[in-house]
Amino acid sequence: MGAPRLPVGLVAVVKHDCATCQTVAPVLLELARRTDLTVYCQDDPEFPAGLEVTDDTDLAVSWHHSIETVPTLIAVGSDGERERTVGWSIEQWRRITGLDDLAGDLDIPSQRPGCGSLSVDPDLIDELRVRHSGSTLRARRLDLAEMEDEFEYMHRVGWSDGLPLVPPTESRVLAMLEGTTRSPEELVAVVPPDLVDATVEKVAISAVMAGCRPEHLPWVLTAVEAACNDEFNMHGLLATTMPVGPVIICSGPGTRDIGMDPGVNALGQGNRASLSIGRALQLLVRNLGGGRPGGVDRATHGNPGKISFCFAEHSGPFGSLSSSRSDLDESVDAVTVFAGEGPRCIVDQLSREPESLATSLAENLRMMHHHKLAMAFDAVLVLGPEHLRVFTDAGWDRSRITEELMSRLQLPYDDIVRGASGIAEGIPAGLGLDTLPKFQPGGLMLAHAGGGAGLFSMLIAGWVNGDTGSKPVTRAVQY
Amino acid sequence: MTRESLLDPTAESTPSERVQLARPVSLDGLTVALLDISKPRGDVFLDRLSEHLERRGAAVRRYRKPTFSKPAPVDLRHEIADQCHVVIEALAD
Repeated sequence: MGAPRLPVGLVAVVKHDCATCQTVAPVLLELARRTDLTVYCQDDPEFPAGLEVTDDTDLAVSWHHSIETVPTLIAVGSDGERERTVGWSIEQWRRITGLDDLAGDLDIPSQRPGCGSLSVDPDLIDELRVRHSGSTLRARRLDLAEMEDEFEYMHRVGWSDGLPLVPPTESRVLAMLEGTTRSPEELVAVVPPDLVDATVEKVAISAVMAGCRPEHLPWVLTAVEAACNDEFNMHGLLATTMPVGPVIICSGPGTRDIGMDPGVNALGQGNRASLSIGRALQLLVRNLGGGRPGGVDRATHGNPGKISFCFAEHSGPFGSLSSSRSDLDESVDAVTVFAGEGPRCIVDQLSREPESLATSLAENLRMMHHHKLAMAFDAVLVLGPEHLRVFTDAGWDRSRITEELMSRLQLPYDDIVRGASGIAEGIPAGLGLDTLPKFQPGGLMLAHAGGGAGLFSMLIAGWVNGDTGSKPVTRAVQY
Repeated sequence: MTRESLLDPTAESTPSERVQLARPVSLDGLTVALLDISKPRGDVFLDRLSEHLERRGAAVRRYRKPTFSKPAPVDLRHEIADQCHVVIEALAD
């Protein structure tokens, strides 16, 4: 439905249930006599009495002309609206109408603030958005029978990851779209495995189902863009037999604004923003992209993080993973997507010297996937605050910590060659090497999250890296 | 109160159905593509297969995906379709 045009002349929007509108009723009668006035009333087509009033009880005019306060007086020319004033101010009304003596004979106050317009009433706004903007959405509408349980329906048609979903009604999706300035039909990414165009609208539908709030949507959109491209290779990540999925690591002041918490239980349950943002990406791949377990998803075991794995990093002098691997400033809201499996705890409660802790962490990193495999997989090491403090108290920054870990992860070739230690698994023989690093350059990434107590860090092991598999992707959040 | 419609989260597409080509009765005079997906030791299997096929009178052409983790590039798929009558893809794991 298009926006109704306002008639040329003066337009007043009022509601009966507004003391200020009742105060200005005689002014409107005077204006009707002296000018070309059209009055729209939001709640009573008989108000003000004695005037020919245009019914706006469906609030179409109020909605489309962004009426936030009643009364609103608008001067309309042949080219549309010229100016408006809200509430009652004799000075402003005289200026807009050009009548210097307007209301000169009336015994009313010279000004009075207006009341809230029904078109912005919080109880009505979702319904109004559907009524007046719903037709802009393009997704197919699915009508359920009156007695059908919508939660069971969504399971039955295969939309669910196994947990209940929020029904993606028009009003919820339209409310979700308020979280971005991007237009619903804008293309965000091409989603594997079926290579389907994901519009902002389709992403918003997934975000609703996942349990997001509108302020989470820009993060979801950015995560979708970061994951669905050849570099990150979401297709391969889905199709692999390894237990990996997209891990979304968020940084920047916006993480706090949307309620993410890099502190206690940062990688765990209980945070709506983190859980629902990660889940929205996975639901999009499932429902729009067509990637489902047993279909293109061939994971041997999978891991619980494939429902959702998203967390925020601490801010501070250590910097963020995103800024360390891009030219984005620390103050920029950003996400890094990493192809990773479930997190695993590394315990060291006794190291107080950085050398001891570095060796301790390195010994555990060496075991990642298999202690005789090297170079093929990247990792994100999430340093807990108490572990990080051991390093920073000694003056070690991010690059020093990485160098110290890497120097301890040069694996003797003879130890990891196939057959060594009586284990068939390992690196092919005949490469003529002395050592091989566990990680490729840049393949060991550091993040900082977790509660203030606990001498622990978390290892998130990666999938096949580089051109063969997946490269981490960092993107600034687009609002 | 009227119940609100749900918006469809899927691609809303109906898969197009294609009838599979009939399997050839014989490989005599046909060209068979062997597509290696670049998984370790896939070539061992394909080498052996190639010997068997050639013994049965088929001409064999070998192809290789750049990486097992991504779909075969469209040019490669086109090349195979253009040059061969039959394709065998070696999966792994």
